[in-house]
Amino acid sequence: MADAPNIPDEAEVRARWGNFAWTDENQKKANEILARYPKGREQSCSIPFLDLAQRQVGAETQTQGWLPVPVIEFVARQLGVAYMRIYEVATFYTMFNLAPVGRYHVQVCGTTPCMLRGSDDVLAACKNKGLIKGKTTPDGMFTLTEVECMGNCASAPMVQINDDNYEDLDYDRTVTILEALARGESPKTGTQEPGRHTVEPIGGPTTLTAMVGDNHDYRGEWGA
Amino acid sequence: MPKVKVDGVEIEVPQGATVLQACELAGKEIPRFCYHERLSIAGNCRMCLVEVKPGPPKPQASCALPAADNQEIFTTTPMVKAAREGVMEFLLINHPLDCPICDQGGECDLQDQSMAYGKGHSRYDENKRAVTEKYMGPIVKTVMTRCIQCTRCVRFAEEVAGVEEIGAIYRGENMQITSYLEQAVSSELSGNVVDLCPVGALTSKPYAFEARPWELKKTLAIDVMDAVGTNIRLDSRGRQVLRCVPRINDEVNEEWASDKTRHAIDGLVRRRLDRPFVRRDGKLVPATWDEAFAAIRDVNAGSSVAAIAGDLVDCETMFAAKALLAKMGSSLIEGRQTGMDYDTSSLAAVNFNTTIAGVEKADAILLIGTNLRWEAPLVNTRIRKAIKKGAKVFAIGPETDLTYKVEWLGADLSALGNLPEAVTELFGKAARPMVIVGGAALKGAHGASLKLVDQFNLVRTLEDGSAWNGYNVVHMAAARMGGLMLGYAQKGGIADVVSAAPKLAFFLGADEVDFAKFGSSFKVFVGHHGDKGAHHADVILPGATFAEKSGTWVNLEGRVQRGDRAVFAPGDARDDWTIFRALSEVLGQTLPFDTLEELRAAMAAEVPALGKVGLVTFDWAAPSLNATASGTLEGYPIKDFYLTNAICRASPTMQRCSAELVHGETYAEAAE
Repeated sequence: MADAPNIPDEAEVRARWGNFAWTDENQKKANEILARYPKGREQSCSIPFLDLAQRQVGAETQTQGWLPVPVIEFVARQLGVAYMRIYEVATFYTMFNLAPVGRYHVQVCGTTPCMLRGSDDVLAACKNKGLIKGKTTPDGMFTLTEVECMGNCASAPMVQINDDNYEDLDYDRTVTILEALARGESPKTGTQEPGRHTVEPIGGPTTLTAMVGDNHDYRGEWGA
Repeated sequence: MPKVKVDGVEIEVPQGATVLQACELAGKEIPRFCYHERLSIAGNCRMCLVEVKPGPPKPQASCALPAADNQEIFTTTPMVKAAREGVMEFLLINHPLDCPICDQGGECDLQDQSMAYGKGHSRYDENKRAVTEKYMGPIVKTVMTRCIQCTRCVRFAEEVAGVEEIGAIYRGENMQITSYLEQAVSSELSGNVVDLCPVGALTSKPYAFEARPWELKKTLAIDVMDAVGTNIRLDSRGRQVLRCVPRINDEVNEEWASDKTRHAIDGLVRRRLDRPFVRRDGKLVPATWDEAFAAIRDVNAGSSVAAIAGDLVDCETMFAAKALLAKMGSSLIEGRQTGMDYDTSSLAAVNFNTTIAGVEKADAILLIGTNLRWEAPLVNTRIRKAIKKGAKVFAIGPETDLTYKVEWLGADLSALGNLPEAVTELFGKAARPMVIVGGAALKGAHGASLKLVDQFNLVRTLEDGSAWNGYNVVHMAAARMGGLMLGYAQKGGIADVVSAAPKLAFFLGADEVDFAKFGSSFKVFVGHHGDKGAHHADVILPGATFAEKSGTWVNLEGRVQRGDRAVFAPGDARDDWTIFRALSEVLGQTLPFDTLEELRAAMAAEVPALGKVGLVTFDWAAPSLNATASGTLEGYPIKDFYLTNAICRASPTMQRCSAELVHGETYAEAAE
């Protein structure tokens, strides 16, 4: 378990986060989430509540947020669920951070399609910008994590930074994005390929070409 | 009732049965790890794969598949064999090869099933996964690398013990079973996860590296730590009981045992009285049996003699003492050491009439002054089951965590005379209502609780014609019901004995008595541990513990049970009844039985119910008592679950449990 999260000392965390409570704004959101589920099924709110809590912690610490143990327990109390059950959820999903992260949480996809399309270059770019896997840069700006497939294979390779995806990357594009973020700018999200809008095929459609203009019934051709 | 074919044999299975159960009914063994009869179905180990037609052309997990009509199940086809071998190979990929140093070795499901269903060799030569050890408290030792993640312990903690403190964290290959933040599991049933664990991941901490299962002598016995009468098996080697595990008895303990039952046994070899003592010049000095008996004879008590029975003694001991007293001309016998004086004119009114198994069927439950979790943990688990089936629970008494949802009605006993509408309404329409009265309320509210029998018609005939008695009293002493049946109860309780100021008083392992009140009596302690009773005694006659004698105990529901001797008592200590037999000769009042069989025959002649193993039914006859209850309950009788009797108090394991789980001390784990 070499890459297990380095969970901070419990006593310190309890001293810092023991009094965690929703902000007024988040309380409203929490009530709204709670109202989505029938009474007696409060446990269904586990994930949205944890997400909300992580965001609130992020807002308080000027980072992407994480889930200190007292905050997990706060969520459990809010839902009337045993601490262990919420703790299990928080540890299961990689989107919940069990240790503090920087302002930008750079999650590089390293799964096969991204790897074939050059995620090694993306990681190299991160490394040369001083990002180390599983660690936060000393200035507190970036935390680098290698993650599994994020479902952007058609525009691989990609990274997810906070809530945004940056796709069709290569070494230089990655460096550009990281530098822009470091300067406090908001680089263009989504695909970085000039001329591409989303994940449409580069150079025009390659399948179902007959459907481009108008509707076409392929069923007659299936047997052939 | 669906009809299925298992390996060509057609059988009929109950509605709702699973394919696995159908196979078992047909006599086929299905290997499994995660499936357990008393827990919910998880279906994650995949070991129980069988071939089922009709169905997809692949093996299916039989534990989670309902048996349906006209199903054909195959358990011996090549597909099933290959599937089992495959699953076993996967399970063993990350399982260490440390059977020689594993405490589960010899009684390990994984070992047995890999022998029976495995491939016999491994094709895996990559690195194995390793998981750090987890702390789960003073009872459970963990070696988590061995864990195959069947989640039985997680389900047990949530469903049976009612403490959601064990869980699976992280995911995939990193998944680990742990207690919440590696804190001690705060359950008095945590030891059961050791039995449930099919591999050596969770083993018993006090028993670590003590013995191999095949070198142990196994003796069937009855537990005396509480009044539930848990059926146990004592595993001994030579002269020492090394382990205590529950036996299956669905009427009493299902297959669970409390931590006290399991682990108080290391107290059996500590602080033992292994020779007689006589007090000379204010100091207890070792003596011979003859000297001890002579000292008792020299009291010349005549008929001024009394016997106080402790919480752990068997009926034979109590009967022998009673017979001796009768010969001497006294009937001053009492078993309620702490001064309880409830009415015992009708034993049904102080019995757990619904029976332990019957609790599950109740639909409305009122707890009066009882912390069941500590007084009878295995009755508490039954209430959890009743709640799962829809029962609602109210309670009067100081609020405490009973592991389930309880509506507290305050600690004031006067509430009994004026129950809130929610209670009366629920009990009014309940089909199987039950009231459970604990020791704390027996003093002030016995009469008031009996009034509820009429008010809510607790004793009734159900629609199916069977009888239902919803009035229950929870005792905490293993000796209590047997003692009451033998007449160990004075009208005014122990106060009557004190006021009679007997010249000679026998204390049968009685440690909780207020000995200051017996200042003028010559105190003879017949017992096994050097506890409070022995310190105050003038003569100590060393006796045998429950593990060292064959004895009869009656549990709180009036179930007569017999336990056997696992080991011999240490040193000069003797079976308690033989002590009375020998003493009677010295006193010139020879008792008319020379063997245990003769004693039992005499006992059965006096109390026929004690002659037959099984549930005694006491006919319902409520005594008319003062029906007003008042006073506020300050607390419950048991202040420390782990230290309730002399054996526990001598047990290092129980002392540590008490310090850690009750008093919240933290222990640093020694680095290994």
